[in-house]
Amino acid sequence: MTVAPPKILLQLRVNGTDMACAAHPNKTLLEVLREDLGLTGTKHGCEMGHCGACTVLLDGRPVLSCLALAVEAQGHEIRTVEGLAHGPHLHPLQQTFAETGAAQCGYCTPGFLMTAAALLETTRTPSEADIRQAIAGNLCRCTGYTKIVEAIALAAERMREQAEHV
Amino acid sequence: MSEADLRAVSTNTNPDGDARPPAPAHDPASVVVRAPQMTPDKPEGFFIVGKATPKVDAYGRVTGAERFADDIALPNMLFGKMVRSTQPHARLTRVDVRRALTLPGVVAAATGADLRVRYGILPSSPDETVMAVERVRYVGDPVACIVAEDEVTAEEACALVEVGYEPLPAIMTIDDALRTDLPQIHPNPRRADNVHKEVHLEFGDVEQGFAAADRVFEDEYFFEGTTHAPIEQHAVVADYGPDGKLTLWCSTQTPHYLHRIAAAVLGLPGSHVRVIAPPVGGGFGGKTEPFAHELAAGFMAMKTGRPVKMTLTREEVFYAHRGRHPVRFKLRTGVKNDGTITAVHLQTWLDGGAYGSYGVATTYYTGALTPVTYKIPAYKFDGCRVFTNKPPCGPKRGHGTTQPRFAIESQLDKIADALGLDAAEYRKRIAVEPSSKTVNGLRITSCGLPQCLDAAAARTNYAAKRGRLPRGKGIGLAASAYLCGAGLPIYWNAMPQSGAMVKIDRGGGVTVFCGASDCGQGSTHMLAAIVAETLGTDVTDVRVCYGDTDLTPVDLGSYSSRVTFMAGNAARQAALTLRAQLANAAAAKLECPPQRLGFGRRRVFCLDDPARSLTFIEAAQLAEAEFGTLAAVGSYTPPALAAGYKGSGVGPSPAYSYSVAVAEVDVDLETGQVQVEKITLAHDVGRCINADSVEGQIEGAVYMGLGEALMEEWPFRAGEHKTPNLLDYKTPTSLDTPPIEAIIIETDDREGPFGAKEAGQGPLNPVIPAIANAVADAIKARIHSTPITPEKVLKALDATSGAPLRLKPSAASRPQPPVPASP
Repeated sequence: MTVAPPKILLQLRVNGTDMACAAHPNKTLLEVLREDLGLTGTKHGCEMGHCGACTVLLDGRPVLSCLALAVEAQGHEIRTVEGLAHGPHLHPLQQTFAETGAAQCGYCTPGFLMTAAALLETTRTPSEADIRQAIAGNLCRCTGYTKIVEAIALAAERMREQAEHV
Repeated sequence: MSEADLRAVSTNTNPDGDARPPAPAHDPASVVVRAPQMTPDKPEGFFIVGKATPKVDAYGRVTGAERFADDIALPNMLFGKMVRSTQPHARLTRVDVRRALTLPGVVAAATGADLRVRYGILPSSPDETVMAVERVRYVGDPVACIVAEDEVTAEEACALVEVGYEPLPAIMTIDDALRTDLPQIHPNPRRADNVHKEVHLEFGDVEQGFAAADRVFEDEYFFEGTTHAPIEQHAVVADYGPDGKLTLWCSTQTPHYLHRIAAAVLGLPGSHVRVIAPPVGGGFGGKTEPFAHELAAGFMAMKTGRPVKMTLTREEVFYAHRGRHPVRFKLRTGVKNDGTITAVHLQTWLDGGAYGSYGVATTYYTGALTPVTYKIPAYKFDGCRVFTNKPPCGPKRGHGTTQPRFAIESQLDKIADALGLDAAEYRKRIAVEPSSKTVNGLRITSCGLPQCLDAAAARTNYAAKRGRLPRGKGIGLAASAYLCGAGLPIYWNAMPQSGAMVKIDRGGGVTVFCGASDCGQGSTHMLAAIVAETLGTDVTDVRVCYGDTDLTPVDLGSYSSRVTFMAGNAARQAALTLRAQLANAAAAKLECPPQRLGFGRRRVFCLDDPARSLTFIEAAQLAEAEFGTLAAVGSYTPPALAAGYKGSGVGPSPAYSYSVAVAEVDVDLETGQVQVEKITLAHDVGRCINADSVEGQIEGAVYMGLGEALMEEWPFRAGEHKTPNLLDYKTPTSLDTPPIEAIIIETDDREGPFGAKEAGQGPLNPVIPAIANAVADAIKARIHSTPITPEKVLKALDATSGAPLRLKPSAASRPQPPVPASP
């Protein structure tokens, strides 16, 4: 027994898989992902919606998981950094982030990846301004954003090339 | 947790365990001015060093697989929270945890009375306790600790702890701290004010120097305090086993120092404490000393027999702080008419906050490196650090040298203008010489300052633009130098500063064990690259096990830009021992003298006939058959460099890096808003080990300097921090950060590993004065304090135009406080 309210059953669809867990109803999506579902790839940097480290996709749209209650996310498609790669095949963004050095400490990286993934879903040929605008809500203290912008542009280019070859 | 799991936490694992094809090395995007390659055994030069390759630990960081401290969860784990002072300065009359303990789910509580051992990162100022004893010294000072079954319960229980305060006057400014009629934050019978440390040093004939000067320039400056704000909040997991041994998984840049202090504070033998530093989610100097919550977690794990996790909230991170000291300066420089410096007198007043932290070292650092950039024949330095009732200040990227750079480089532009000199050419003329000694006894080896000045000025067309751009547009240049590791450890000892152990497996895998902590700066890849280059294997075949006081030889930590130089040299030494064994074994097989063997691309080959070769695995197996298990250790101890006077231990380093920044700005003359359009930064890194990493360090340093130059502030109201969150504490976003061009200069330092020096901190230092100089060029008026806010720009414009002030003074405007008499 603690002061936390009684747990309820949550049914969440995460990275294409239906998952169920018992969790306190006042928990944020961030907390349930990390603490109840063991998906620690999503990070926290402030838990006040300021830094963007906890960004996940809800029905394809970037959402700050520290500001969303897990109960509200039921019935929606949740995508986290763990769901970005297809098996052993990295998402082009993950590959370019690694290649260009866009992840230094890597702590903010999952949030950037999810924000950028949402951008590239809707914008095939983003300009540098588009990229900078899209990631303006994600803070990174290591890179100066330079290589992050470069990595997103490179991933967009590769995704266009792949699409042309299909 | 099994041993294998522990290793997985402490090293970087490829999440799928599959061997991804190594991404091709590419030429770095930045301009690299190469030093001649000094490896006679490799006709084609280096195989790995200098290339831009993905870091060996990059894949864990882009998949979410990397486990940071807060990602670790142990079975049966409790969650801890600290009760923190609501008063800036008060006597504690009562700390009562009884009500808190009655809350369902609360397991244990502790207060200052339970843990009275005093500690501090510097042996000279052990002024902290884990929780306050008798007195609180800032809003946020830990008072009690609660552990509970979950975080929410621990948090609620904290509110039930009854704390009695008897308020004392809060000392919030340098001026108040210098007064003798206010209470002392740390009682000190030897003086009546709140001064923590005074330093007075004089080198050469300063009086004669000023007498010989044609012109003397005297200015006052103020550098605002800033904080590191790493995106990862500090976190620790403590586990006390039935064997009486304590393990701390902690987001720390200095596992060795935490190991020592945790053992001392918790009363355990050093052999019973193990500190593991998982990858750190950003440090910048903010995680370089033991924090109260880390020691409290260890204490509570011992008390309850259950694992305890403590993760700071973002607000608490602001209170933990140890960030950049606010510093006030008085700078006097004597010059000849041709600009030659005849004497410098620098006075600094540091606002230290509530505890000592690294402050004694910081105080020295505000003066020690002044003569490392330009030739100064006579130098006087007076430093003074005071205690105030604010979160303690400590080291932030550039530790104590960043603030004076703003003052010195701002004044140097004034001097150049007054004497009609080109500011870049002038700096080049007075730059220190390689292989020289400064007036305060510091040994300079390699120095790429002139090359940095040339490259940055040429790339930006500086000479043609400065003073010639339309009003509102400006260009500014500044230079600096930084350490490659402090020459002395922070506690006196004669042992090496870095150790490394390298072993070769029969499958060709190489493992490097080293106590370094990877906070994103790339030390893991650096170690892998140095060892792979030395042994001739591929970086992807090297695993680095780091930051684990049970498994890895001591490295003092990721501070003072020491890891590449010191841990790199230790790892290289270990690898060279193994290489000699491989060479001996391969020489017999290949019938080739060992000194005529080359190592590269996973082969050992005859330099004179590269077709005659063995695979790395064949050579390793032959060597193991001949010499036994293939493992070797290496150590690095810097040469004895301290000049011998009191205080000479701060400043010496086996080498210094050099940086030059050029900022181009556009100032809106109506709003005062400064838009930085581009920053070009040339950095003398000695030798670039991985071009992507060096560029990344430069870009990150430029970005961090940009924030300090234009927006980051450390404001207090009624004893409370006004902006302890990432929304109100402004840091640059992707939209505020301009294009950054990195120029890598190589000077091949004779003592660095493969000639390498540092890149982590040095490039930040010239950025702030470069922006200040650019703004001065744009508005033809100088702002003497950071950050350069629109308000200050408008005031400066009004002051020069003689027009009435458009703005009334407000609480947010922070005019230059008067400089008191020399301490």
